[in-house]
Amino acid sequence: MQFTIEIGRYNPEGTYAERAVQGEPFPPPWDKAPPKRYQTYTVELTEHAVVLDSLIAIREYQDDSVAVRCACRSAICGSCAMWVNGHAHLACKSKLTEFTKDGKTRVESPPSMPVIRDLVCDMTPFWEKHFKVKPWLDAKKPEPGPMEEYRVPNAAMEELIQEVSCISCGACLMDCESFAVNPDFLGPQALAQAYRYVGDPRDSKTRDRLGEYSGPGGIWDCTHCYECVTQCPKGVDPLEQILKIRRLAVDAGFTNNPGTRHADAFAASVKHSGRLNELTLLPKSVGLFNVFGQLKTLPSAINMIRAGKLPPIIHKSIPGVNRIKVIFDRLGGRFK
Amino acid sequence: MKVAFYPGCVSKGACPELYVSAKAIAEPLGLQLEELTEAPCTGAGVLSEQNPELSDSLNGLTLAMAEAKGADLMTICSTCQGVLSGVSYHLAKDEKRLEKVNATIGDQGFGLRYSGKTKVKHLLWMLFEDIGLDRVRAAIKRKLTGLKIAPFYGCYILRPNEQLGLNERPERKTYLEQLIALLGAEPVEYRGSTKCCGFPMLAFNRDKSLSMAGSHIIEAKDKGADLLVTPCPLCHLNLDGQQPDAARVLKTTIDVPIFHLPQLLGLAFGYSPKELRLEHHVVPTKGALEKIELKV
Repeated sequence: MQFTIEIGRYNPEGTYAERAVQGEPFPPPWDKAPPKRYQTYTVELTEHAVVLDSLIAIREYQDDSVAVRCACRSAICGSCAMWVNGHAHLACKSKLTEFTKDGKTRVESPPSMPVIRDLVCDMTPFWEKHFKVKPWLDAKKPEPGPMEEYRVPNAAMEELIQEVSCISCGACLMDCESFAVNPDFLGPQALAQAYRYVGDPRDSKTRDRLGEYSGPGGIWDCTHCYECVTQCPKGVDPLEQILKIRRLAVDAGFTNNPGTRHADAFAASVKHSGRLNELTLLPKSVGLFNVFGQLKTLPSAINMIRAGKLPPIIHKSIPGVNRIKVIFDRLGGRFK
Repeated sequence: MKVAFYPGCVSKGACPELYVSAKAIAEPLGLQLEELTEAPCTGAGVLSEQNPELSDSLNGLTLAMAEAKGADLMTICSTCQGVLSGVSYHLAKDEKRLEKVNATIGDQGFGLRYSGKTKVKHLLWMLFEDIGLDRVRAAIKRKLTGLKIAPFYGCYILRPNEQLGLNERPERKTYLEQLIALLGAEPVEYRGSTKCCGFPMLAFNRDKSLSMAGSHIIEAKDKGADLLVTPCPLCHLNLDGQQPDAARVLKTTIDVPIFHLPQLLGLAFGYSPKELRLEHHVVPTKGALEKIELKV
C-alpha cells in the first residue's frame, strides 16, 4: 500500500529542502514554537504498517537527514511519542491505515515541548517534572534485613499496577491542556507517578508528599479535561490518579486551598437545594476573606448582571429535596 | 418522541437563555419534553472526584427517574452528559455498584429502583441518532448561509471515549461540524474545537483558565469565525461570560459571540433572536445576526 507522510521539519541551522513548505503558524498558546516546514514523502508498506515503519523507511531509503527518536518499536520504551495528526501518540503503536486523514498522515514534534530537530523534542521539561515529585520509595523503618523481603499485601500492589505501567513517553504531558498555559503545572505523568508512591504502603513520606502535591502547580492545577486519559498509550489514566491524590490530600487535612473550598461549597449547595448555587459558588471557592481574589472576579460579575444573566438571588430548592438530603446523610462523608 | 428532559442547573441559573431556547426547539423537532424536575445536580465531576459513592447515588436517582418515565434521558449540557454517561456506564457494568445505589434510593419514600438501562443522550446526539436529520432539515425555515461558525464541543462530550460510547460511534466527534453545514453555514476548522474552555479551573487558577478560553476563541476568530457554537453551558460561562476578562488577561480584544446549540437551531427554525434571548449575552450577538439580516 502507498502512504503519504507529511513530516514537520525543523533544524536550528534553518536549512531545508526546496520542496519543504512552510506550515501555518501555530495558534496561541503555541505561537512561540519555531516555524516548521512540512516535507512530503510517499512510502510503500504493508497495510499493517505503523507510523514508525514509515519514518524508518524514509530515513533509511529516501532522506537520511530526517531525525527520529525510537528504540524498541514495541510500545515499551516510550521513545517515539510525537504528534500524529495533531495529537500525541506513540509512532510505533499508531497504524497508518487508522491515521490517514484526507489521504495523508501528518507527523511532527509536539509544539508544547521545545524542539531539537525534526521529530525529536527536548524532554527536559518532562523529566524535571518527573523528578520534582520524588518518584522513589522512602521506605518505612525498620527496613527489612539484607536477606529479607519487604512484604506488602498483594491487593495493595495490584492497586498500583496502572501507575507502574507508565513508560514515561510523555504523550500525556504533550497534550495536557493545563501545561499548555501553565508551564509550572507538574502535569499528568509526574502526578500519576506521585500516586504510585502515595499509594505504596511501604512509603514513609505519604503526608509530606500529599502536602507538596497540594501546593501551586500540583493536583489542583489540573483542568480535568481527560486529554491525558485519551492519549496515554498504556492505560495509566493519569487524571484518575490525580483525583485519587486529591481525595487523600483532603482526607489528610490539606483543605486550605481553592479546590477543597470549591468542592465543599458545591456539595453544600447540592445538599441544601438539590442544585448548584452559582451566585455563591465562585466567591466561596476563591475564599470569602480573599479580598484581592474577590476583586478580580468583580468585572465579570458586573458584565453578567448587565447582560441579565444573574442567577436568581433567592436560590430555590428542587421539589423533593429531602431525598437528596437523605442521600447526603447516608453517603456524604465529609459533606454530611 | 418522549424524552426525560434533564435541563441541568446552569440552564436554570446563569444561562436561562439556554433553557428557553431548548424548550422552543422541542416542538419543531417533535420532542415531547418530560422534565425531571426532582432530579438533583450531577455534581459536575466535582462531587464524584471527592466521593464516587455519593455521585453514584445522586445520579443513579436521576437515571431511575428517567427509567420510571420509560424514556431516554436527554441532556443539553456536555458536562451533565459526561457525568451521567460515566455513572450509567459504571452502573450497567458493575452489579455491586448498582446494588449499592439501589440500597440507598430503594426505600424511605424514594420508591425507585434502577435497573441499569437508561440511555443518556445529549440533544446533539439525539438530532443525529433519534430525531433524524430529515426531521431537522424539514424544520429549517431560515438557512444560516453566509455565517462562518466555529464548533466548541466541551471536554465531557468528547472524553473519555469508552464511557461516552465513542468507540462504537466515532462519528459523534463530528456532529457539530455536520450540523453547522446542514443549517447552511460554514463550519470553521480549528484546533481549539475539542479543547478545554478552562472553566473547571476558573476558581483555582483564574488567569490560566481565562487564557485557555481566550486563546481558543482568538484562534477561531483568526480562521474567520463569526461566532462559536457550544453544546455546553459551562463552556458558555467561560467563553461568553468571562470573555472581556479573558481579553484583558491576553491584552487584546476578542468580541466573538458564543451561541448555545439550541439557539443556533432556533434561529434556523425561524425563531426571532428575542425568543431565543440572544440579547442576554455578555458578548453582543448583533454583528453575527446582522450577517443573516437579523436584528436583536
